[in-house]
Amino acid sequence: MSSHLENASAVVVGTSWGGVEALSIILRKLPADFPLPVIIVQHQHPNSDDILSLILRKRALLFVKEAEEKELLMPGTVYIAPANYHLLIELDKTLSFSNEAPYNYSRPSIDLMFKSAVDVYGSGLIGIVLTGANDDGAMGLKMIKEFGGMTLVQEPSTATMDSMPLAAIEASPVDYIVPLDEIAPLLVELVSGS
Amino acid sequence: MAYHKAEPVAIEDPYRSDEIEVDLLLEAIYRKYGYDFRKYSRASLKRRIYNQIENCGLNNISELQYNVLYDQTAFVELLENLTINVTEMFRDPEFYLAFRKQVIPQLKTYPSIKVWHAGCSTGEEIYSMCILLREEGLLDRAQIYATDIDKNVLAKAKKGIFPIRSFKQYSDNYIKAGGTGSLSDYYTARYDGAIIDQSLKRNIVFADHDLVTDQVFGEIQVILCRNVMIYFDRALQDRVVGLFYDSLDLGGTLCLGSKESLRFNEYGSKFVHVNEKQKIYKKSQVGKKQ
Repeated sequence: MSSHLENASAVVVGTSWGGVEALSIILRKLPADFPLPVIIVQHQHPNSDDILSLILRKRALLFVKEAEEKELLMPGTVYIAPANYHLLIELDKTLSFSNEAPYNYSRPSIDLMFKSAVDVYGSGLIGIVLTGANDDGAMGLKMIKEFGGMTLVQEPSTATMDSMPLAAIEASPVDYIVPLDEIAPLLVELVSGS
Repeated sequence: MAYHKAEPVAIEDPYRSDEIEVDLLLEAIYRKYGYDFRKYSRASLKRRIYNQIENCGLNNISELQYNVLYDQTAFVELLENLTINVTEMFRDPEFYLAFRKQVIPQLKTYPSIKVWHAGCSTGEEIYSMCILLREEGLLDRAQIYATDIDKNVLAKAKKGIFPIRSFKQYSDNYIKAGGTGSLSDYYTARYDGAIIDQSLKRNIVFADHDLVTDQVFGEIQVILCRNVMIYFDRALQDRVVGLFYDSLDLGGTLCLGSKESLRFNEYGSKFVHVNEKQKIYKKSQVGKKQ
């Protein structure tokens, strides 16, 4: 059972191990007229270049790019956090970077990105936690829920690594636990009114 | 507010109380102590302010503001939290390699060079540059200004003693950066510290300088300012790049962090790429900004 969100204004996604495949499956199904910005933190090796956004760009209908410092978020665009920096969202809906120490062993940190997004979008935020081998994102997703946003977690049995989805489910009562291939259709439905 | 459950804030409210509290705290710091964080990127700053509140067992920003105004040690603790000092020797080795290949040849044509490292933090990167300059035979004719807003980190930079445990990674970086010797040529290990070769700092002047409020240095050939401006908002980034533009000689080199760019900067058109990937720029037009 799902219904659309009146004020949906951004989608944030966190993933780690197995994330490239999971993101590919979602992005292949998100239609070109998807109306919100999608901001993604995928854990990467600190020395990675922008290869991840180039791979995903080929597989997506939406425009996928590596996030740039101080750029304004645009609807229907997918932003990938660069390796080795935290990605944050500012109140004016621009992106900013930080190279503070890794948070919970992660830089970029899903939790920090989610938290900054909550501060900007409040109940208009949709948060998604996908496959991964640690518990980054669980705290951030909990916060999204607490501030009235909508939370989705990949059904753990459909995840390459289930620790991250399980940790997120454990941390807060999430709105939807869905198999990987149903996430994109659900998102479309959720934002159909916005 | 999102970082602090105790104070629920209507996100859509244009007069968000939490934002006003942050503004007032930053204004208090500026007027009382002269440090100007008012144009720093807010998301990261705000998180660090809330961290401080939590660490100190306070209830809200207004309490922190009171403490900061009436107790200097509270301010010093906060300052330590607000300034970020994450650095390493030969950080981003590809940058140093590109610098060696693409900037050094030009510097070799000058009788003397001035290098300004803005935001040098605890000094790891400026010593890296000094090592590179020495290996290229340029250190003796270089005058180096290493500046930072934070006097405590400058004192550490001046000492040039770093934890030995990091040096395995620094050695790897050094090799990837095109080092012609061995990093161990440049330090002496004592207990758990590595003491940087004192002769490397002969031409370095360490000085406190605030990019927000202070003025230009003159006739500089190389400015290093890596991963400093990511903490500034757009307006302040414009000011600082303007400051760099005025400080640089024509053809002078500006080096930014690997994820920084001049793309959204007011003065971006006055620089050309030397190496787009490594964020090495060259001042391309004569004259004053604007």
